[in-house]
Parts: sequence; structure tokens; C-alpha cells
Amino acid sequence: MDTKQLLAIIHAIAKKVEAEKDYLSQLDNEIGDGDHGINLARGFKAVEEKIQTFADKDIGAIFKGVGTVLVSTVGGASGPLYGTAFMKAGNVCKGKMTITAEEFTAALDAAINGIKMRGKAVEGEKTMLDALCPAYKAIKESIDGGKNLIDALTNGVDAAAAGVEYTKTIIATKGRASYLKERSLGHQDPGATSSLYMLQMTLKTLKEA
Amino acid sequence: MVGIVVVSHSQKLAEGVVDIAKVMAENVPIVAAGGLEDGTLGTSYDRIHDAIESVYSEEGVVMIADMGGSIMTIEIVLEDMERENIVMLDCPLVEGAILAAVESKNGRNLEDLKDFVERARATKKLSD
Repeated sequence: MDTKQLLAIIHAIAKKVEAEKDYLSQLDNEIGDGDHGINLARGFKAVEEKIQTFADKDIGAIFKGVGTVLVSTVGGASGPLYGTAFMKAGNVCKGKMTITAEEFTAALDAAINGIKMRGKAVEGEKTMLDALCPAYKAIKESIDGGKNLIDALTNGVDAAAAGVEYTKTIIATKGRASYLKERSLGHQDPGATSSLYMLQMTLKTLKEA
Repeated sequence: MVGIVVVSHSQKLAEGVVDIAKVMAENVPIVAAGGLEDGTLGTSYDRIHDAIESVYSEEGVVMIADMGGSIMTIEIVLEDMERENIVMLDCPLVEGAILAAVESKNGRNLEDLKDFVERARATKKLSD
């Protein structure tokens, strides 16, 4: 993956988040404070506006730039969470103009660990991690098994989608939804859903490139 | 005096808590960092950062927050600022802010103030 592809991925995520903002907020309205879509859309709009300023930088700097903008513009808990994720991914890709499939996988791992650290969360708590952790596992296994990044991401997206479905069956123990306890059952987690979108857009963009 | 920053998703709530605390300790450096720049609910990195700068001194600053995203945003601001004398207090928003303001006025240092406010966390509001 090169910087041009990464910028195209970020643009695709921004478009997807904008298109789905009402749906994401509706999901959040059912079990949270109803602002996930609006917040993420505001954050990625700010990313789009500032992306020119780091467009000629390396992959690490682009990831870091996106993270910094998300932290300061999203306004909800997803800001520090996704912001930390992008910044941690940036650390792994520091100074690189292209990254291999293995490096992409390592960046995703760092991003997920960033979310775990920031949110003091683990898998199974009805959060974005329930989409991202199974996706990482599928991608890592695919890459280790000799598959290319697109095939690995295809498996990753499938695993993330299954993870999003799984969030309907569990009780939230982190974030605003945890106040609802059993009543959070049956509802799909908005954070897991937006994480799925990010992986889907990554795959879609790489396929088109 | 130790500076105090009250962080909430709501600008009104943060400002209200500051108002209540100030009644007890008028000249204490305590400020609100609530809501987003456009007045909606949320937590703003810039507002928190600027609020800290406005009350910062060598004596340090304590952060009192409502929950969730507030805590995480403060964490990132503090990581970026890299100053050891800015700390978060694990306490209820209103009672914690009042206690912190009074104890800052009383001249407690940062470490003592943190300890004192956090020990008061289990105080019962209603008598048995």
C-alpha cells in the first residue's frame, strides 16, 4: 500500500461515514447518546479539509495526522478512541512511503491495542473491538498463510461483519450503553458498525486501485 | 494555589459546577471546559487544553471530569502536554470540585489535595 492508496482509503471512509451518519446515530440513539454518526462525520469532514497539509508526507505521518484531527474534532468518545488508533498505526509506519501486507497487519494490531488501552476495554463488551479483533485475527491468519492483502482483507471484512452481528447478542459493559444493561441486548453496536465501514472502505479502495 | 479544571460533556454543567465551587472559594483558579465549540454536547481537546493553560502554575492542576469521552480526551491532552503536575481526580463531579476548590484555597499541595479529595469519595450524601 502506498500513500496515494491510503489517502484514497481515508477519502472513501469519510464519504461512507457521511453517507451513513444518520444510520450510525440511529444505532447509537437506541443504546447510547445518539451522536456517533454526527460526531464521526464531523471528524472525517475535518480530516478531509486538513488532508492536503499532510498529503505529501509518509504513511506514518498521514495516519498520525488523521488521528490528531479526529481527537480534536469528533467530540464524542469515538474521537479519542479512533484518534488513538490512527496515531498508534502511524507509529508503526513511521517514515515509510509504502507498507507491506505484514506492516499493514502490524499497524492494525497497534491500532487495536491503542483502542484497548484508551478505552480500557477488551473483546466481548459490545464495542468497536468486537468488529476489529476478529478482523485482525482473520487478516493475520490469511497473511501468515501466504494470502495477499486484498484476499486477507476480504476475510477480515467478513469476520468484522460477523462481529457486528455478534454485538446484537451481548450486553454492553463499556461506554454509555452499559447503563442499559440487559436492555442493550438485541441492538447492534454503532462503534463496531463504523469499524466495519472502515475495513470495508479499505478493501473496496484497494480493489479499485 | 492548585488550579482546577472541570470537564463535562455539557458546557452548562461544567460552568454550573464551577459557579457552585466558586461560592466556597472565590479566588481559586478554577475553570470550566465543557461541551464543544459550537455549544453542542461533547468534549473538546482544544477547550480542555486551553483551560489547563489558563489555570496552570508550578503548583499544578487537577482535572475533574464527568465520564467516558471526557476522561479519554483529558488523557490525550495530558499525554501531549507532558507535565507531571497535572493530574486527574477520581471523584464525583460536584462534591469533588467543591472539595478541591476549598482545599486549593486552604493551600494544600497537589499531592495532598488529590489524596484528600479522592479519600472523600465514599462520603454518604444521606444519613442512615
